[in-house]
Amino acid sequence: MSSVEGGERVAGWSEAELGVEGRVLDVVRAPAGVLSTRGADVDPASPEIVQLAADLVATMRVSPGCVGLAANQVGVGVRVFCVDVTEHPKSRTKHGTFVLCNAEIVESSRNEKAREGCMSVPDLTGDVKRASRLTVRGRLPGTGEEVTFATDAFEARALQHEIDHTDGLLFLDRVAGAHAIYPRQTYL
Amino acid sequence: MSTDLYAVTVLGHDRPGIIAATTAGLAQLGLNIEDSTMTLLRGHFAMMLLCRGAADPSAIEGALAPLTADGDLDVAVRPVTDEPTPAAGGSAWVLTVHGGDRSGIVSEVVGQVAAAGGNITDLTTRLAGDLYLLVAELDLPVGADVAAVEGAIRAAAERVGVTATLRAAEADEL
Repeated sequence: MSSVEGGERVAGWSEAELGVEGRVLDVVRAPAGVLSTRGADVDPASPEIVQLAADLVATMRVSPGCVGLAANQVGVGVRVFCVDVTEHPKSRTKHGTFVLCNAEIVESSRNEKAREGCMSVPDLTGDVKRASRLTVRGRLPGTGEEVTFATDAFEARALQHEIDHTDGLLFLDRVAGAHAIYPRQTYL
Repeated sequence: MSTDLYAVTVLGHDRPGIIAATTAGLAQLGLNIEDSTMTLLRGHFAMMLLCRGAADPSAIEGALAPLTADGDLDVAVRPVTDEPTPAAGGSAWVLTVHGGDRSGIVSEVVGQVAAAGGNITDLTTRLAGDLYLLVAELDLPVGADVAAVEGAIRAAAERVGVTATLRAAEADEL
């Protein structure tokens, strides 16, 4: 599937395709080991992964300001995450709500630095350099079809942050330097 | 013996191994490093640590005494109390000031932050050739007139011939 077709498919996807009700799960905080361990690749068509996909979307929806959530963050060590940056002011290209399994970065360019926070690291923020142009490949839960699509700006940052989670990396692993980490004063 | 909190400062001539020696001395007493920062200021080593454990200040000083043996490092240990965590609220900003070096830049500019009830939470200054640079993280209180604070900072900067920029320290939640 080309990048353009993949983008349309992802933008048209919604959790309604999963056909199951999502449950709100507890979010795990560092230093939980599951956050520092690469997740297992999954069969995106399996019923467990379909349920997990719905659960991730449901949990993201009830968490204020949350624009993405990886399976590790709800204590499940597999390579699945959801993203929705629709409402974020720094977004340009937006694909709405989607879940990707076994996602990987195909191409990236144009690094930009910005400060990131994470629900799993509630007491700290940090400056992280990430690509602002990105092509990603992954599989949709349920149908299991492979999609490749391009994005930019904040959605690109969110995807890299979530793919890092599935690889067992936190933004703390990517901060720009020893003095690029900050205590957080305002919580969402 | 109690599980008290101590501030340890190490200042002086830089050389490899200072942090290793300091932390080994603290570890030997079972002290836990809760917070620390270290930097080089024009090549001078400067480190502060907050550590907690069942040791008294003289024992800590004794454990760190080898660091001071050459006479080019100063180590100070003093008990401190737990400070309350700042209450959430207000807004966070990054202040950048740069321009030709002269005395009084920092005091002139940060005086405006203090006058607005703002609190500086992190600050770095660097002198590179004739260029003086200040970068500060600061919190402004709830309801602060940010435009007025920014105006006062810019005016103060102008008085000492430098440029100031105040921008929101926004973190993207992911």
